[in-house]
Amino acid sequence: MRRFSLFNAVSLTLGFAFLYLPIVLLVIYSFNAGRSVAVWGGWSTQWYGSVFKNGQLLDAAWITLQVGFLSASVATVLGTMAALALARHGRFVGRTVFSGMVYAPLVMPEVITGLSMLLLFVSINIDRGFWTIVLAHITFTMCFVAVVVQSRLASFDRSIEEAALDLGCTPFMTFFRITLPLILPAVISGWLLAFTLSLDDFVIASFTTGPGATTLPMKIYSDVRLGVKPEINAVCSMMIAVVTVIVIISSIMTKRQEVERERAERMAATTP
Amino acid sequence: MTRSTKIRSQSNKRWIVTAVPYLWMLVFFLVPFFIVLKISFSSSMIAQPPYVPVFDPFGDPWSETLEKLGTLTSDNYLRLGQDSIYVSSYLSSLWIAGSSTVMMLFLAYPIAYGMARAPKSWRATLVMLVILPFWTSFLIRVYAWISILSEEGLLNTLLTSLGLIDEPIQILSTNTAVYIGILYSYLPFMVLPLYSALEKMDDSLIEAAKDLGCTNIQAFWRVTFPLSIPGIIAGCFLVFIPAVGEFVIPDLLGGSETIMIGKTMWEEFFNNRDWPAASGVAIVLLIVLMIPIIIFQTSQARQQEAGR
Repeated sequence: MRRFSLFNAVSLTLGFAFLYLPIVLLVIYSFNAGRSVAVWGGWSTQWYGSVFKNGQLLDAAWITLQVGFLSASVATVLGTMAALALARHGRFVGRTVFSGMVYAPLVMPEVITGLSMLLLFVSINIDRGFWTIVLAHITFTMCFVAVVVQSRLASFDRSIEEAALDLGCTPFMTFFRITLPLILPAVISGWLLAFTLSLDDFVIASFTTGPGATTLPMKIYSDVRLGVKPEINAVCSMMIAVVTVIVIISSIMTKRQEVERERAERMAATTP
Repeated sequence: MTRSTKIRSQSNKRWIVTAVPYLWMLVFFLVPFFIVLKISFSSSMIAQPPYVPVFDPFGDPWSETLEKLGTLTSDNYLRLGQDSIYVSSYLSSLWIAGSSTVMMLFLAYPIAYGMARAPKSWRATLVMLVILPFWTSFLIRVYAWISILSEEGLLNTLLTSLGLIDEPIQILSTNTAVYIGILYSYLPFMVLPLYSALEKMDDSLIEAAKDLGCTNIQAFWRVTFPLSIPGIIAGCFLVFIPAVGEFVIPDLLGGSETIMIGKTMWEEFFNNRDWPAASGVAIVLLIVLMIPIIIFQTSQARQQEAGR
């Protein structure tokens, strides 16, 4: 039996306090009536009001959401294909290079990725702006999708796929009728991960942007450099709220899927 | 159609599934590194783009390509060796990233260990609680520390009102703040691999060790710790490699004493508009990180193979 000792309880409590205290404080001070971020001046929602009157912030938020939606959707398709290639296609020519290219962006310092993408866009002479950010985001987020989907593909019973092929399905039909429904939770969490990574990214977007395309992190960064303002706390709190809702939904979905799978397995085991 | 012919006809078309992401990554990930390499041999000039045009075997006639090859220079690399700002940037980045990785191990191990020992019904929630801050913006998490650590910030206000200090201490704009920022931002990257190694460990091994006369502490060092080494390796690389090239944390939390290579490169690029020098810095950084990246990739690939 594993015993949950006092030491375990204390280290968990301190660890989670360290992880959450700064975020909680940030959210609390977004409701501060005063301008200070250290002196409490009473409750107020005025900073949320001023966010919605700030046109630049709203524009940046809208651009960020569009970039996130587009890049996450394309990255999910490409990342799922990459995962299939790595998990199903055995050894093919250039596999090492391919898996290298899929894993490298996970740890590559963002300044390098950003600079190299920018120099590519400059040398093929395309106008930088919204679309170049989308292309850059697709490239680095599809690797995260590939890793998430691949780990699901690795733990999955291939005999079902083979049965479908035996029963006359084309590989195309087999994918859409058998494989995709089974890996769907992983594909959805891949999309959500790609979407939040895109919303988050400041460094790569700063390199690959052009005139007129300012994302929310870029706007927040330039405001933060000018000083800490409760208005930024309010924007950040709203972003935290959105992401929290997304994460909770996705974890409930994964949980439900797991429960259903367990039930199906139990039924399969008891049916003679 | 028999199954073997079906599989054969399937393999005719399924190369597309590999080819599309493969080509994408070639064009948008691999080729750009060669462009960075190419431009790192150019020199900067006031133009748009701000560097001496570099050879382009696909666009230029041969004579022009040869002429442009002649303008290439290794000045950027010579400068990297001679100007002490670069050398000290690399060394201090490696030092800051390395020492924060070690500190992170001591911070994350008890957390991951506690999670693995928690009742089974809690574990999924605990994992979600570790991941959640990782999903909220990096920038926001770094920003949150500014208002805590600044001179009139929450920490100084708290310490002064408790009477522990007489006047505010400076934490923001020092290397201490950079360490706090790295430890805070990268914590999930260390906790999760450690947890997954500790969680799947077979409890009967510990019981056997105890039956054979090990104390709790001996059982930990002889059984638990060695079995968690794959998690330690994965976690350390996931923290160390990105931390070396970190820009946001040293820029927002660090001060003039903080010199890190990500920031030096950023300033070369955005403030000095010296793209060739920035490319040189990036190439050298990539070479420095190549060994840890390759070790990380092979260990990941091996784990994927083992998982199948």
